[in-house]
Amino acid sequence: MKSLKRIGLAVLVVLVGIQFIPSRTNQDKEVSPSDFITTNRVPENIRHIMRTSCYDCHSNNTDYPWYSRVQPIGWLLEHHIKKGKAELNFSEFGSYSVRKQKSKLSSMANQIEKDEMPLSSYTLIHRDARLSKESKKTLVDYLNALQDSLQ
Amino acid sequence: MLFLALVSWGASAQHDHSSMGNSGSSHSNMAPKVKEEPRVIPSIKVNHSLLVTSILDNYLSLKDALVDDNSKKAASSGKTLFDALGKFDLSSQAASKQKELKDILDDAKENAEHISENADKIDHQREHFELLGGDLKDLIVITGADRTLYQLFCSMYNNNKGGKWLSATDKVKNPFFGGENKKCGRVLVEITVK
Repeated sequence: MKSLKRIGLAVLVVLVGIQFIPSRTNQDKEVSPSDFITTNRVPENIRHIMRTSCYDCHSNNTDYPWYSRVQPIGWLLEHHIKKGKAELNFSEFGSYSVRKQKSKLSSMANQIEKDEMPLSSYTLIHRDARLSKESKKTLVDYLNALQDSLQ
Repeated sequence: MLFLALVSWGASAQHDHSSMGNSGSSHSNMAPKVKEEPRVIPSIKVNHSLLVTSILDNYLSLKDALVDDNSKKAASSGKTLFDALGKFDLSSQAASKQKELKDILDDAKENAEHISENADKIDHQREHFELLGGDLKDLIVITGADRTLYQLFCSMYNNNKGGKWLSATDKVKNPFFGGENKKCGRVLVEITVK
């Protein structure tokens, strides 16, 4: 019993302690000129979907939810952002070669269509990021059309 | 210009004589009873070059692995292809072509990397393999090649968006479906060495 109490106390101390370790913030002051939404003049409805479901991990501007201040949720989010941006960064999209833009658009459409994106390990906590069936179709159709229009 | 004309011809050709089905049955039994007009297959002539030998070798073994539904082997070919792409010497090429070649190689490397890192996800490997085929075709049009290649097209891939790939023969062995859909496809362009 005594050792159980000790373990419980230790866990509590760690949980409280880690709240004081600062986590990195992913928030640029300005929207980059090569941002996907700016360079492609993305319509408002698509813009809203992308900001809510994609931009938090795939851009230089994360809209942090309140619970991201709670560790280890904040760290998990940081991990998603790091990996997400390495794969695809909407803030830099306009600086990609046209070839890369087309490849990325094709991959985006495929990943969304197959429910690989947004990641289920992400939407488990970040419920807002889930795509409805309609949003999914709207977004995929848009990405396909944009891919076809790029030369 | 000739090249562009050929490509647009290929892209606009809507008739797809692809067929699905068992490999045992003959084509004429499977296809609708419509008399097919003989098709002239467009051809592109490229310079002779040994610079892309290992790139093409690895691409073709990757393609064979996907035909065989062998995701693990596809991943290891993807890795060796990635390395081969990284060794391509851009400085050997005309300065005016280097930017385009770099874009092609960068995209191809990214696709090869995805294939190498997804040994358990063959569908995902195939998505990147489709993109890779486009990159390598554009690559050899500029750099030249060391063998005759065929660009094939299957209209059923990816919810009928279609998918292209390169092969050393004009025999259709589809790398996108594996299993029993290996017959989907037709030759879009023949790429021969001058």
